[in-house]
Amino acid sequence: MIAYIMCFILFLVGLYGVITRRNLVKIAVSLSIMEISTFLFFALIGYVDGGVAPIVDPADPVKVYVDPLPQALVLTAIVIGLATTAMLMAIIIRLYRKYKTFDIREIKNLRG
Amino acid sequence: MKGMTIIVKKTTQLIAGMIFMYGIYIIVHGHLTPGGGFAGGVIVAGSFILVTLAYGGDFLKLVKEESGTTIIESLATIMVILIATAGFLFGTRVFFNNFLPKGVVGQLVSAGVLPLYNIFVGTEVAASIFIIFLSLIIFKEESPK
Amino acid sequence: MDLAISVIVGFMILGALYAIHAKDLLSSVIACGIVGYSLVICFLLLKAPDLAIVQIVVDTITLIIMVAVVLDSSREESYSKPDTQGYITAITGLLIIVILLYFFAVSIQTLDVLGKSSLRMAEYYIEGAAQKTGSANLVTGVVFDFRGYDTMGEAVVLVTAVLGVLTILRLKGKK
Repeated sequence: MIAYIMCFILFLVGLYGVITRRNLVKIAVSLSIMEISTFLFFALIGYVDGGVAPIVDPADPVKVYVDPLPQALVLTAIVIGLATTAMLMAIIIRLYRKYKTFDIREIKNLRG
Repeated sequence: MKGMTIIVKKTTQLIAGMIFMYGIYIIVHGHLTPGGGFAGGVIVAGSFILVTLAYGGDFLKLVKEESGTTIIESLATIMVILIATAGFLFGTRVFFNNFLPKGVVGQLVSAGVLPLYNIFVGTEVAASIFIIFLSLIIFKEESPK
Repeated sequence: MDLAISVIVGFMILGALYAIHAKDLLSSVIACGIVGYSLVICFLLLKAPDLAIVQIVVDTITLIIMVAVVLDSSREESYSKPDTQGYITAITGLLIIVILLYFFAVSIQTLDVLGKSSLRMAEYYIEGAAQKTGSANLVTGVVFDFRGYDTMGEAVVLVTAVLGVLTILRLKGKK
Protein backbone atom coordinates (compact mmCIF):
# COMPACT_ATOMS: atom_id res chain seq x y z
CA MET A 1 0.00 0.00 0.00
CA ILE A 2 2.85 2.41 0.72
CA ALA A 3 3.93 2.17 -2.90
CA TYR A 4 0.55 3.40 -4.15
CA ILE A 5 0.67 6.38 -1.77
CA MET A 6 4.24 7.31 -2.77
CA CYS A 7 3.23 7.05 -6.42
CA PHE A 8 0.33 9.44 -5.77
CA ILE A 9 2.67 11.86 -3.98
CA LEU A 10 4.90 11.85 -7.08
CA PHE A 11 1.84 12.77 -9.15
CA LEU A 12 1.03 15.61 -6.75
CA VAL A 13 4.60 16.93 -6.98
CA GLY A 14 4.21 17.14 -10.75
CA LEU A 15 0.86 18.87 -10.39
CA TYR A 16 2.36 21.39 -7.95
CA GLY A 17 5.07 22.17 -10.51
CA VAL A 18 2.57 22.69 -13.30
CA ILE A 19 0.45 25.06 -11.22
CA THR A 20 3.07 27.19 -9.50
CA ARG A 21 5.99 27.47 -11.91
CA ARG A 22 6.18 30.24 -14.51
CA ASN A 23 9.00 28.86 -16.65
CA LEU A 24 7.82 26.97 -19.73
CA VAL A 25 10.64 24.39 -19.56
CA LYS A 26 9.81 23.62 -15.93
CA ILE A 27 6.16 23.17 -16.83
CA ALA A 28 7.20 20.63 -19.48
CA VAL A 29 9.40 18.82 -16.94
CA SER A 30 6.53 18.71 -14.45
CA LEU A 31 4.19 17.30 -17.08
CA SER A 32 6.62 14.50 -17.85
CA ILE A 33 6.90 13.76 -14.11
CA MET A 34 3.12 13.37 -13.91
CA GLU A 35 3.28 11.08 -16.94
CA ILE A 36 5.95 8.92 -15.29
CA SER A 37 3.91 8.53 -12.11
CA THR A 38 0.96 7.30 -14.17
CA PHE A 39 3.15 4.67 -15.87
CA LEU A 40 4.41 3.50 -12.50
CA PHE A 41 0.86 3.20 -11.17
CA PHE A 42 -0.18 1.00 -14.10
CA ALA A 43 2.84 -1.24 -13.60
CA LEU A 44 2.06 -1.52 -9.88
CA ILE A 45 -1.52 -2.65 -10.53
CA GLY A 46 -0.43 -5.63 -12.60
CA TYR A 47 2.21 -6.97 -10.24
CA VAL A 48 1.65 -10.44 -8.77
CA ASP A 49 3.71 -11.80 -5.88
CA GLY A 50 6.08 -14.52 -7.03
CA GLY A 51 5.10 -14.07 -10.66
CA VAL A 52 7.52 -14.20 -13.56
CA ALA A 53 7.78 -11.89 -16.57
CA PRO A 54 5.04 -12.73 -19.11
CA ILE A 55 7.17 -14.80 -21.47
CA VAL A 56 5.95 -18.36 -22.05
CA ASP A 57 8.59 -21.06 -22.13
CA PRO A 58 7.01 -24.11 -23.86
CA ALA A 59 9.48 -26.52 -22.32
CA ASP A 60 8.89 -25.39 -18.74
CA PRO A 61 5.39 -23.97 -18.23
CA VAL A 62 5.01 -21.79 -15.13
CA LYS A 63 1.63 -21.19 -13.60
CA VAL A 64 1.97 -17.65 -12.23
CA TYR A 65 2.61 -14.76 -14.60
CA VAL A 66 2.58 -11.02 -14.07
CA ASP A 67 -0.53 -9.43 -15.59
CA PRO A 68 0.33 -8.54 -19.21
CA LEU A 69 -2.60 -6.16 -19.85
CA PRO A 70 -1.36 -3.03 -17.97
CA GLN A 71 2.11 -3.58 -19.44
CA ALA A 72 0.66 -3.58 -22.95
CA LEU A 73 -1.22 -0.34 -22.24
CA VAL A 74 1.87 1.38 -20.84
CA LEU A 75 4.12 0.14 -23.68
CA THR A 76 2.33 2.25 -26.28
CA ALA A 77 1.77 5.16 -23.91
CA ILE A 78 5.52 5.61 -23.30
CA VAL A 79 6.28 6.12 -26.99
CA ILE A 80 3.32 8.49 -27.37
CA GLY A 81 4.64 10.40 -24.36
CA LEU A 82 7.96 10.93 -26.15
CA ALA A 83 6.21 12.32 -29.23
CA THR A 84 3.99 14.67 -27.24
CA THR A 85 6.93 15.90 -25.15
CA ALA A 86 8.83 16.62 -28.36
CA MET A 87 5.83 18.56 -29.67
CA LEU A 88 5.69 20.58 -26.43
CA MET A 89 9.40 21.40 -26.75
CA ALA A 90 8.86 22.47 -30.37
CA ILE A 91 6.16 24.93 -29.26
CA ILE A 92 8.46 26.19 -26.49
CA ILE A 93 11.45 26.79 -28.79
CA ARG A 94 9.16 28.60 -31.23
CA LEU A 95 7.87 30.88 -28.43
CA TYR A 96 11.41 31.56 -27.24
CA ARG A 97 12.54 32.66 -30.70
CA LYS A 98 9.58 35.04 -30.91
CA TYR A 99 9.52 36.59 -27.42
CA LYS A 100 13.11 35.93 -26.13
CA THR A 101 11.84 34.64 -22.80
CA PHE A 102 10.52 31.50 -21.11
CA ASP A 103 8.36 33.33 -18.58
CA ILE A 104 4.65 32.90 -19.28
CA ARG A 105 3.75 36.00 -17.29
CA GLU A 106 6.02 38.18 -19.45
CA ILE A 107 4.72 36.60 -22.64
CA LYS A 108 1.20 37.42 -21.54
CA ASN A 109 2.17 41.03 -20.81
CA LEU A 110 3.91 41.45 -24.14
CA ARG A 111 0.96 40.44 -26.25
CA GLY A 112 -2.44 41.14 -24.68
CA MET B 1 25.63 22.09 -36.42
CA LYS B 2 29.28 21.09 -36.47
CA GLY B 3 30.48 17.60 -35.77
CA MET B 4 32.44 16.52 -32.71
CA THR B 5 36.09 15.48 -32.37
CA ILE B 6 37.69 12.58 -34.23
CA ILE B 7 37.59 10.33 -31.16
CA VAL B 8 33.83 10.61 -30.98
CA LYS B 9 33.53 10.05 -34.73
CA LYS B 10 35.61 6.88 -34.71
CA THR B 11 33.79 5.47 -31.69
CA THR B 12 30.48 6.21 -33.36
CA GLN B 13 31.63 4.37 -36.48
CA LEU B 14 32.27 1.31 -34.37
CA ILE B 15 29.13 1.44 -32.24
CA ALA B 16 26.31 2.81 -34.39
CA GLY B 17 26.08 -0.23 -36.63
CA MET B 18 25.88 -2.57 -33.67
CA ILE B 19 23.11 -0.50 -32.07
CA PHE B 20 21.22 -0.62 -35.37
CA MET B 21 21.59 -4.41 -35.57
CA TYR B 22 20.42 -4.73 -31.96
CA GLY B 23 17.29 -2.74 -32.79
CA ILE B 24 16.57 -5.00 -35.77
CA TYR B 25 17.06 -8.03 -33.52
CA ILE B 26 14.63 -6.65 -30.94
CA ILE B 27 12.03 -6.01 -33.66
CA VAL B 28 12.34 -9.41 -35.35
CA HIS B 29 12.34 -11.40 -32.11
CA GLY B 30 9.48 -9.33 -30.66
CA HIS B 31 7.18 -12.31 -30.29
CA LEU B 32 9.74 -14.50 -28.53
CA THR B 33 11.78 -12.28 -26.20
CA PRO B 34 11.10 -8.97 -24.40
CA GLY B 35 10.83 -6.15 -26.85
CA GLY B 36 8.84 -5.67 -29.99
CA GLY B 37 8.01 -3.01 -32.51
CA PHE B 38 7.90 -0.06 -30.15
CA ALA B 39 11.13 -0.85 -28.30
CA GLY B 40 13.11 -1.79 -31.41
CA GLY B 41 11.89 1.23 -33.36
CA VAL B 42 13.09 3.60 -30.65
CA ILE B 43 16.49 1.86 -30.56
CA VAL B 44 16.89 2.14 -34.37
CA ALA B 45 16.00 5.83 -34.19
CA GLY B 46 18.56 6.18 -31.40
CA SER B 47 21.34 4.82 -33.61
CA PHE B 48 20.51 7.39 -36.32
CA ILE B 49 20.41 10.17 -33.72
CA LEU B 50 23.84 9.09 -32.45
CA VAL B 51 25.33 9.34 -35.95
CA THR B 52 23.72 12.74 -36.51
CA LEU B 53 25.00 14.12 -33.21
CA ALA B 54 28.55 12.87 -33.76
CA TYR B 55 28.98 13.96 -37.36
CA GLY B 56 26.89 17.11 -37.35
CA GLY B 57 24.19 18.25 -39.69
CA ASP B 58 26.53 18.70 -42.66
CA PHE B 59 27.09 14.98 -42.85
CA LEU B 60 23.45 14.42 -43.79
CA LYS B 61 23.64 17.08 -46.54
CA LEU B 62 21.30 19.40 -44.70
CA VAL B 63 22.32 22.26 -46.98
CA LYS B 64 21.18 25.82 -46.61
CA GLU B 65 19.16 26.02 -49.80
CA GLU B 66 15.49 26.23 -49.11
CA SER B 67 14.42 23.83 -51.84
CA GLY B 68 16.63 20.97 -50.71
CA THR B 69 15.51 21.08 -47.11
CA THR B 70 11.89 21.42 -48.10
CA ILE B 71 12.14 18.41 -50.38
CA ILE B 72 13.80 16.31 -47.68
CA GLU B 73 11.23 17.36 -45.14
CA SER B 74 8.27 16.68 -47.44
CA LEU B 75 9.67 13.32 -48.53
CA ALA B 76 10.13 12.30 -44.93
CA THR B 77 6.56 13.28 -44.09
CA ILE B 78 5.19 11.41 -47.08
CA MET B 79 7.25 8.37 -46.14
CA VAL B 80 5.80 8.30 -42.62
CA ILE B 81 2.25 8.63 -43.92
CA LEU B 82 2.82 5.94 -46.57
CA ILE B 83 4.32 3.53 -44.07
CA ALA B 84 1.54 4.14 -41.57
CA THR B 85 -1.15 3.74 -44.22
CA ALA B 86 0.42 0.57 -45.54
CA GLY B 87 0.48 -0.88 -42.04
CA PHE B 88 -3.15 0.00 -41.47
CA LEU B 89 -4.41 -1.19 -44.84
CA PHE B 90 -2.66 -4.44 -44.20
CA GLY B 91 -3.83 -4.49 -40.62
CA THR B 92 -7.52 -3.63 -40.48
CA ARG B 93 -8.43 -6.43 -42.81
CA VAL B 94 -6.94 -9.06 -40.56
CA PHE B 95 -7.20 -7.63 -37.09
CA PHE B 96 -9.40 -10.38 -35.80
CA ASN B 97 -8.36 -13.40 -37.77
CA ASN B 98 -4.74 -14.37 -37.54
CA PHE B 99 -4.94 -16.02 -40.95
CA LEU B 100 -1.36 -17.24 -41.29
CA PRO B 101 -0.47 -20.58 -39.69
CA LYS B 102 0.55 -20.21 -36.06
CA GLY B 103 3.50 -22.56 -36.13
CA VAL B 104 5.23 -23.89 -33.04
CA VAL B 105 5.43 -21.61 -30.02
CA GLY B 106 9.01 -20.52 -29.50
CA GLN B 107 10.29 -20.70 -33.06
CA LEU B 108 11.31 -17.63 -35.07
CA VAL B 109 8.75 -18.17 -37.84
CA SER B 110 5.56 -18.52 -35.82
CA ALA B 111 2.64 -16.52 -34.44
CA GLY B 112 1.11 -15.77 -37.83
CA VAL B 113 0.96 -12.06 -38.62
CA LEU B 114 2.38 -10.75 -35.35
CA PRO B 115 5.99 -10.46 -36.62
CA LEU B 116 4.72 -8.47 -39.61
CA TYR B 117 2.93 -6.05 -37.28
CA ASN B 118 6.12 -5.75 -35.27
CA ILE B 119 8.13 -4.86 -38.38
CA PHE B 120 5.62 -2.27 -39.62
CA VAL B 121 5.19 -0.57 -36.25
CA GLY B 122 8.94 -0.58 -35.68
CA THR B 123 9.57 1.17 -39.00
CA GLU B 124 6.90 3.74 -38.25
CA VAL B 125 8.17 4.54 -34.76
CA ALA B 126 11.78 4.82 -35.93
CA ALA B 127 10.82 7.15 -38.80
CA SER B 128 8.62 9.32 -36.58
CA ILE B 129 11.17 9.89 -33.85
CA PHE B 130 14.02 10.52 -36.26
CA ILE B 131 11.89 13.04 -38.17
CA ILE B 132 11.11 14.92 -34.95
CA PHE B 133 14.83 15.12 -34.20
CA LEU B 134 15.75 16.18 -37.76
CA SER B 135 13.12 18.92 -37.85
CA LEU B 136 14.48 20.34 -34.59
CA ILE B 137 18.02 20.37 -36.05
CA ILE B 138 16.88 21.98 -39.32
CA PHE B 139 14.95 24.61 -37.38
CA LYS B 140 17.92 25.46 -35.16
CA GLU B 141 20.31 25.70 -38.11
CA GLU B 142 18.23 27.75 -40.48
CA SER B 143 16.29 30.15 -38.33
CA PRO B 144 17.85 33.60 -37.94
CA LYS B 145 19.43 34.21 -34.57
CA MET C 1 8.80 -5.60 -2.72
CA ASP C 2 6.53 -2.90 -1.36
CA LEU C 3 9.36 -1.39 0.68
CA ALA C 4 11.91 -1.48 -2.17
CA ILE C 5 9.54 0.24 -4.59
CA SER C 6 8.70 2.83 -1.93
CA VAL C 7 12.35 3.70 -1.36
CA ILE C 8 13.00 4.13 -5.09
CA VAL C 9 9.88 6.26 -5.49
CA GLY C 10 11.10 8.35 -2.56
CA PHE C 11 14.29 9.09 -4.50
CA MET C 12 12.16 9.93 -7.52
CA ILE C 13 10.17 12.44 -5.45
CA LEU C 14 13.41 14.08 -4.27
CA GLY C 15 14.65 14.31 -7.86
CA ALA C 16 11.34 15.77 -8.98
CA LEU C 17 11.38 18.40 -6.24
CA TYR C 18 14.92 19.40 -7.20
CA ALA C 19 13.93 19.53 -10.88
CA ILE C 20 11.10 21.90 -10.08
CA HIS C 21 13.14 24.20 -7.84
CA ALA C 22 16.56 24.30 -9.55
CA LYS C 23 17.98 27.69 -10.55
CA ASP C 24 19.68 26.50 -13.74
CA LEU C 25 17.41 25.08 -16.41
CA LEU C 26 20.03 22.54 -17.54
CA SER C 27 20.26 20.99 -14.07
CA SER C 28 16.49 20.95 -13.91
CA VAL C 29 16.28 18.93 -17.12
CA ILE C 30 18.97 16.51 -15.96
CA ALA C 31 17.23 16.06 -12.61
CA CYS C 32 14.17 15.07 -14.62
CA GLY C 33 16.41 12.29 -15.95
CA ILE C 34 16.78 10.97 -12.38
CA VAL C 35 13.05 10.34 -12.30
CA GLY C 36 13.04 8.61 -15.67
CA TYR C 37 15.97 6.30 -15.01
CA SER C 38 14.65 5.34 -11.57
CA LEU C 39 11.46 4.29 -13.32
CA VAL C 40 13.54 1.76 -15.31
CA ILE C 41 14.68 0.12 -12.05
CA CYS C 42 11.07 0.04 -10.82
CA PHE C 43 9.98 -1.68 -14.04
CA LEU C 44 12.72 -4.29 -13.67
CA LEU C 45 11.66 -4.98 -10.07
CA LEU C 46 8.03 -5.28 -11.17
CA LYS C 47 8.93 -7.95 -13.78
CA ALA C 48 8.28 -5.83 -16.86
CA PRO C 49 11.36 -6.12 -19.12
CA ASP C 50 9.53 -4.82 -22.20
CA LEU C 51 8.74 -1.54 -20.47
CA ALA C 52 12.30 -1.24 -19.12
CA ILE C 53 13.80 -1.54 -22.63
CA VAL C 54 11.47 1.10 -24.03
CA GLN C 55 11.78 3.49 -21.11
CA ILE C 56 15.59 3.57 -20.95
CA VAL C 57 15.87 4.55 -24.63
CA VAL C 58 12.92 6.96 -24.58
CA ASP C 59 14.29 8.77 -21.55
CA THR C 60 17.66 9.26 -23.26
CA ILE C 61 16.03 10.72 -26.37
CA THR C 62 13.79 12.98 -24.26
CA LEU C 63 16.90 14.28 -22.49
CA ILE C 64 18.59 14.95 -25.84
CA ILE C 65 15.61 16.94 -27.13
CA MET C 66 15.18 18.92 -23.90
CA VAL C 67 18.89 19.74 -23.67
CA ALA C 68 18.87 20.86 -27.31
CA VAL C 69 16.10 23.32 -26.50
CA VAL C 70 17.61 24.56 -23.24
CA LEU C 71 21.15 25.05 -24.60
CA ASP C 72 19.73 27.36 -27.23
CA SER C 73 18.47 29.81 -24.62
CA SER C 74 19.88 31.83 -21.75
CA ARG C 75 19.40 28.89 -19.30
CA GLU C 76 18.71 31.24 -16.38
CA GLU C 77 15.39 31.14 -14.70
CA SER C 78 14.29 34.72 -14.29
CA TYR C 79 13.42 35.13 -10.64
CA SER C 80 10.64 37.49 -9.73
CA LYS C 81 9.00 38.23 -6.42
CA PRO C 82 5.71 36.47 -5.70
CA ASP C 83 2.80 38.79 -6.27
CA THR C 84 -0.96 38.58 -5.85
CA GLN C 85 -1.45 36.36 -8.85
CA GLY C 86 1.23 33.98 -7.57
CA TYR C 87 -0.52 33.62 -4.22
CA ILE C 88 -3.84 33.01 -5.97
CA THR C 89 -2.37 30.22 -8.07
CA ALA C 90 -0.67 28.68 -5.03
CA ILE C 91 -3.93 28.64 -3.05
CA THR C 92 -5.80 27.19 -6.02
CA GLY C 93 -3.16 24.49 -6.34
CA LEU C 94 -3.47 23.60 -2.65
CA LEU C 95 -7.24 23.36 -3.03
CA ILE C 96 -6.96 21.04 -6.03
CA ILE C 97 -4.42 18.91 -4.17
CA VAL C 98 -6.73 18.57 -1.14
CA ILE C 99 -9.65 17.54 -3.38
CA LEU C 100 -7.48 14.98 -5.16
CA LEU C 101 -6.27 13.62 -1.82
CA TYR C 102 -9.88 13.09 -0.71
CA PHE C 103 -10.74 11.18 -3.87
CA PHE C 104 -7.55 9.15 -3.57
CA ALA C 105 -8.40 8.20 0.00
CA VAL C 106 -11.83 7.07 -1.17
CA SER C 107 -10.66 5.12 -4.17
CA ILE C 108 -7.69 3.37 -2.57
CA GLN C 109 -10.15 1.29 -0.53
CA THR C 110 -11.16 -0.67 -3.62
CA LEU C 111 -7.60 -1.34 -4.81
CA ASP C 112 -6.03 -4.71 -4.24
CA VAL C 113 -3.00 -4.99 -2.00
CA LEU C 114 0.24 -4.78 -3.98
CA GLY C 115 1.13 -8.24 -5.22
CA LYS C 116 -2.39 -9.69 -5.07
CA SER C 117 -3.74 -8.52 -8.40
CA SER C 118 -7.15 -9.97 -9.20
CA LEU C 119 -8.09 -8.50 -12.56
CA ARG C 120 -10.65 -10.78 -14.17
CA MET C 121 -9.65 -9.89 -17.73
CA ALA C 122 -6.09 -11.08 -17.18
CA GLU C 123 -7.10 -14.67 -16.54
CA TYR C 124 -8.60 -14.93 -20.01
CA TYR C 125 -5.56 -13.30 -21.55
CA ILE C 126 -3.05 -15.52 -19.78
CA GLU C 127 -4.90 -18.83 -19.96
CA GLY C 128 -3.83 -20.53 -23.15
CA ALA C 129 -2.81 -17.27 -24.76
CA ALA C 130 0.34 -18.81 -26.20
CA GLN C 131 -1.77 -21.32 -28.11
CA LYS C 132 -4.37 -18.72 -29.18
CA THR C 133 -1.94 -16.19 -30.61
CA GLY C 134 1.11 -18.37 -31.18
CA SER C 135 3.32 -15.76 -29.53
CA ALA C 136 5.59 -16.67 -26.63
CA ASN C 137 5.72 -13.04 -25.45
CA LEU C 138 2.31 -12.42 -23.90
CA VAL C 139 2.69 -8.62 -24.03
CA THR C 140 3.14 -8.73 -27.81
CA GLY C 141 0.14 -11.02 -28.03
CA VAL C 142 -2.03 -8.56 -26.11
CA VAL C 143 -0.71 -5.50 -27.97
CA PHE C 144 -1.14 -6.79 -31.51
CA ASP C 145 -3.85 -9.43 -31.21
CA PHE C 146 -6.33 -8.92 -28.39
CA ARG C 147 -5.99 -5.15 -28.34
CA GLY C 148 -5.15 -4.43 -31.98
CA TYR C 149 -7.41 -1.40 -32.28
CA ASP C 150 -5.71 0.24 -29.30
CA THR C 151 -2.36 -0.08 -31.03
CA MET C 152 -3.76 1.30 -34.28
CA GLY C 153 -5.11 4.35 -32.44
CA GLU C 154 -1.77 4.94 -30.73
CA ALA C 155 0.05 4.74 -34.05
CA VAL C 156 -2.32 7.35 -35.50
CA VAL C 157 -1.63 9.61 -32.51
CA LEU C 158 2.09 9.20 -33.14
CA VAL C 159 1.77 10.27 -36.80
CA THR C 160 -0.41 13.21 -35.77
CA ALA C 161 2.19 14.37 -33.24
CA VAL C 162 4.90 14.23 -35.92
CA LEU C 163 2.73 16.26 -38.30
CA GLY C 164 2.17 18.78 -35.50
CA VAL C 165 5.91 19.14 -34.91
CA LEU C 166 6.54 19.63 -38.62
CA THR C 167 3.79 22.27 -38.79
CA ILE C 168 5.06 24.18 -35.77
CA LEU C 169 8.71 24.20 -36.85
CA ARG C 170 7.96 25.20 -40.44
CA LEU C 171 10.00 28.20 -41.58
CA LYS C 172 8.84 28.75 -45.16
CA GLY C 173 5.40 29.46 -46.44
CA LYS C 174 4.38 31.69 -43.54
CA LYS C 175 4.02 35.20 -44.92
